[in-house]
Amino acid sequence: MLTVSKYVFLDLLKNRSILVYSIVLAVLSFTLLGLSGGSAKGLLSLLNITLLFVPVITTLFATIYFFNSLEFIELLLSQPVKRTGILLSEYAGMALSLAAAFILGVGLPLLIMVPVAASFMLVLTGVLLTFIFTSVALLIFVLSKDKTRGIGAAIIVSLFFTLLFDGLMMAFIFTFSDYPIDRALVGIMSFNPVDLARVLMLLQLDVAVLMGYSGALFKEFLGSATGSIYSVACMICWAVAPLLLAIRVFRKKDL
Amino acid sequence: MIRIEKLTKSFGKFKALDNISLHLEKGQAVSLLGPNGSGKTTLIKSILGLVVPGKGSITINGRLVSKDESYRAGIGYMPQIGRYPDNMTIEQVIRMVRDIRKDPADCDEELYFRFGLNKVRHKKMRTLSGGTRQKVSASLAFLFSPDIYILDEPTAGLDPVANEILKDKIAAECARGKLVLITSHVLSDLDGLTSHIIYLQDGRLMFHESVEQLQARTGERKLNKIIASILEKQNLITC
Repeated sequence: MLTVSKYVFLDLLKNRSILVYSIVLAVLSFTLLGLSGGSAKGLLSLLNITLLFVPVITTLFATIYFFNSLEFIELLLSQPVKRTGILLSEYAGMALSLAAAFILGVGLPLLIMVPVAASFMLVLTGVLLTFIFTSVALLIFVLSKDKTRGIGAAIIVSLFFTLLFDGLMMAFIFTFSDYPIDRALVGIMSFNPVDLARVLMLLQLDVAVLMGYSGALFKEFLGSATGSIYSVACMICWAVAPLLLAIRVFRKKDL
Repeated sequence: MIRIEKLTKSFGKFKALDNISLHLEKGQAVSLLGPNGSGKTTLIKSILGLVVPGKGSITINGRLVSKDESYRAGIGYMPQIGRYPDNMTIEQVIRMVRDIRKDPADCDEELYFRFGLNKVRHKKMRTLSGGTRQKVSASLAFLFSPDIYILDEPTAGLDPVANEILKDKIAAECARGKLVLITSHVLSDLDGLTSHIIYLQDGRLMFHESVEQLQARTGERKLNKIIASILEKQNLITC
């Protein structure tokens, strides 16, 4: 099983899109950190970039790559190997190479320019998001009948979590603003990994109260430490659950 | 070696395979024929465990296909379209499949060398032509000297020289008592190679007979003539 991961990883390291992704992230990081003198401000800008770029690029790229490897996966499955093993190693190879690209593109500039604890947290957030959305992409891959539909689903899902979800939440808050919905909101937020990532980072930067309703709520109800642990736990669930579901579906899938 | 009992597979309402029973034995070179969409690839994929059968069972050397994956160690599969990760080299692809198979010491690298793949082994898969990719697929299928070969359109896209090399290899393996299952639309390629013919249409088994029987029945020598004459007769009956 590990053998396949290794080769998928090596193949992706030489992939031009991954290279471009890494370079674009690096250029953005250096520019943003150079522009804004204060470390917290720079980190916030970089956080917003991460929250938008990582989910969209990861989901789209991984879905396309999985569909392109469909014939290769078939060939691998004609060998004496288990389906679960092949799917997991495709996932591991993909997630690790995207995470490596993110660490190089964002982690390296941060290490040079803002070597503080919050920077480390930002890199961790990005890596977690990469694992989550690779998992989602894998689920889209096993559920979709063909490549076109799969890519369509990937676009919709990534935009849903990055843009649409916040809009819906706003609508919810406005509609029910007369009721005590604070606790419910914390619950709803757990359904969006991007929001969880944002809160996790904001709790670190101590600007939670400044950054809108959800951050303030989290701080109020859970406090920094519990809030961080809660959001990391939720994010891990977000990575594991789609992956397990994808394996379940893939076991019975006709290729 | 391969026993298929009452195999049925439907995709939604469409019946891709309808109640198919087949027994294939050692030393046979079986051609799987039929028009497009007749269920050839679905049958092959069912044997490989890529398609989960709806009803019926497939056993290979007495082992049920659905039970575990170890039976696939005895199968060499060459797919119709070979697509590989873009940035892997030929060498890496072969290395990887060998690693998956726990790297057996004695590998049959005859095709690898005769196709001249050793000279281009550092080329990336992305840069290869369709024919060269077919050569890689063929080399992989024959690498581990399996007991059963499943070749899906093996000669499509190969140049005449490579075509002859592959046909020689298939004939040699057959003579060694291996079971070869081939699908092809180029009937002239199968002439002299096959011992049995399976004909599928709309997911149903039309006939499964040896070439000698068919030759005696139709009075034709060439494979394409045999098939044509049988199909004509059937059309007369249905009209």
